[in-house]
Amino acid sequence: MTDSKTPLLDELEKGPWPSFVKDMKQAAEKKPAAADLLNQLELSYKDRIGHWKHGGIVGVKGYGSGVIGRYSDRPDLFPNVQAFHTMRVNHPTGWFYKTDALRKLCDIWDKHGSGLTNLHGSTGDAILLGTTTEHLQPCFDDLSEAGFDLGGSGSALRTPSACVGPARCEWACIDSLDICYQATMTLQDQIHRPMFPYKFKIKVSACANDCVAAIARSDLAIMGTWKGRIQVDPAEVRAYADAGLDIRGEVCDLCPTKCMEWSEADRTLVIHDGDCNRCMHCLNVMPKALRPGKERGASILVGGKAPIVQGSLLSWVIVPFMKLEPPYTELFDLIARIQDWWDENGRSRERLGELINRLGMRHFLKAVGLPAVPQMVKHPRTNPYVFFWPEEIDKKEVK
Amino acid sequence: MAKTDIGPPDYKQFLPPIIRDNYGKWRYHEIVKPGVLRHVGENGDVLYTVRAGSPRLLSTDHIREICDLAETYCDGYLRFTSRHNIEFLLADERRVDPLIEALQAKNYPVGGTGHSISNMVHTQGWVHCHTPATDASGPVKAIMDELYDHFTHMDLPAHVRIALACCLNMCGAVHCSDIAILGIHRTPPRPDNSRLPNVCELPTTVASCPTGAIRADMKNKTVQVNDDKCMYCGNCYTVCPAMPIADPDNDGISIWVGGKVSNARSAPMFSKLAIPFLPNNPPRWPEVVAAVKNIVEVYAAHARKHERLGEWIERVGWERFFTLTGIAFTDKHIDDFTLATETFRTTTQFKWG
Repeated sequence: MTDSKTPLLDELEKGPWPSFVKDMKQAAEKKPAAADLLNQLELSYKDRIGHWKHGGIVGVKGYGSGVIGRYSDRPDLFPNVQAFHTMRVNHPTGWFYKTDALRKLCDIWDKHGSGLTNLHGSTGDAILLGTTTEHLQPCFDDLSEAGFDLGGSGSALRTPSACVGPARCEWACIDSLDICYQATMTLQDQIHRPMFPYKFKIKVSACANDCVAAIARSDLAIMGTWKGRIQVDPAEVRAYADAGLDIRGEVCDLCPTKCMEWSEADRTLVIHDGDCNRCMHCLNVMPKALRPGKERGASILVGGKAPIVQGSLLSWVIVPFMKLEPPYTELFDLIARIQDWWDENGRSRERLGELINRLGMRHFLKAVGLPAVPQMVKHPRTNPYVFFWPEEIDKKEVK
Repeated sequence: MAKTDIGPPDYKQFLPPIIRDNYGKWRYHEIVKPGVLRHVGENGDVLYTVRAGSPRLLSTDHIREICDLAETYCDGYLRFTSRHNIEFLLADERRVDPLIEALQAKNYPVGGTGHSISNMVHTQGWVHCHTPATDASGPVKAIMDELYDHFTHMDLPAHVRIALACCLNMCGAVHCSDIAILGIHRTPPRPDNSRLPNVCELPTTVASCPTGAIRADMKNKTVQVNDDKCMYCGNCYTVCPAMPIADPDNDGISIWVGGKVSNARSAPMFSKLAIPFLPNNPPRWPEVVAAVKNIVEVYAAHARKHERLGEWIERVGWERFFTLTGIAFTDKHIDDFTLATETFRTTTQFKWG
């Protein structure tokens, strides 16, 4: 038996979970770049340090984003990954594919790149992992010919993403897929040509379960919700009880607003909808019996982000309820006003949430034309450091 | 010249006929068994989804194998989830079990539904990133090997979302996960004064520091780092390549717990620090695997049904979390960033652990 060149990584071929090392070795059989990637990774496992240099500026004609430059810091040892750039391919909304489209992507990537991918990357894009500078444009040409386009990177609108929504979910209060797709198509220029202070992310979840983590991971989160009464099917409620569900214990007692009562005697569930905050728990536990109310729309939140630079933020409610029907004019107008204000006032590498924090929510609301409502805060301010607008003050003539 | 600005292919062409027919008209769903969802439409149509785990880092030949399976069992229709799982979409119930057998024969884990541990959202790590403090794919593989049975069984109080980001940039945005694994540095960046004047913009570099630890040295067209104020986030290196920060002996992993994004029951929450540092110990990161497993097991033994990790901790109290898990509480756990005092206890209501 010959000694393996990758004894450390070989250890990760063991065990029940699918092994990325096997995929790398599979690609390495065909592609020298994948083989050098494997060997460089082995060196990282030995050295406990990464071996990629800072990205350079590379791209395709007409675009400023979609390609991440990557160069090895040991081209002497691994010449086939001297340049090993990533291409972000905008995924089909909801990550739906027919296999012929996936096979096309594979053929293009075998022709131009390492044969390694991520399905999918953290932005949602299909990630084509590693090619040379010379192959970028021909690869993009082939992708475009096959009906694919690049996603966002850098200080651009990042590829918007959406939950599975009405395609396969009974809880969908909005058409998350269509909203995401229309936003993607309408805002193409922002995706491909970075022109903002920093990145901007839009994510669409069709209910408050938030399967794409919009509230934590996007500057602008669109989250489906409803007004009015939860739709109840009393027979199905009883069927859950008959099947052994402890409705009082698992549903009513866990309701954050305690807005529902289960009567064991007459086997009915009473919901005080005015107290409900639409958290989704009861619907999650009894999907057959409970459904969202009929008047549906979305809450809009802004500001969510990971730590860099000023700390992590969860998104803040700025519009409690907006009807969302094609062509979504009210939504897209609002997005444009928000981006204009951010673009006008934001410093380099300042995310929307950080800018609102620096200049104050009242300035943001005034600029984008939204009224202050109690749904925006957990509670009113506790400090007396209150600003008033000049027009709210009686001006005395100064002689 | 290639056409630009065409956007992604229209997803509607990739929807299987049963989804096109029932779009927006699903009545309810149930989880038939781990990894199998059964959605029923208003008109009685039934769609089966079979969910399988993947390593996320896929070769084109592996993708073609997935395509073969989708063509054999579900007319070529499939989707991926936000957690890197593969979902096969079947209109024919009779094909569900044969598909599962075919998947298992090729070692695809089937599961990740309901009260299980789904696939780990993660980042590039040493495979393809220039700022990582640890690898991503390796620790994920090692952890999922250990927690495999929790993917294929729905045996936990609620679902547990684990995610890994290999540095504070957090491409994986792990900051609201039940268990977040975060690569960290522990030593300040080392400005390379010979390269810095040529490759970095001084104001941008100074502004990149969240704690104001970087000062411009205009005379020498470089910067100086106040090591006492540096908390090793690496953001300066992101904007200035001449400030390397990686340090094999001191980089490693921190573990954060109790975050969630769903609004169900409790509001979305950030993950909070559980373990400030564990060493990078490739290829299998045994200390990290053991720590994650311990947290999962203690949670599974103590939480009530439907209670997420963070909800359980909020109910019993953080002081009891540290007692039950045996994790040491240190001065690192007490915040000293901008809004630190909001996290200090302002009541005498606490438990003895």
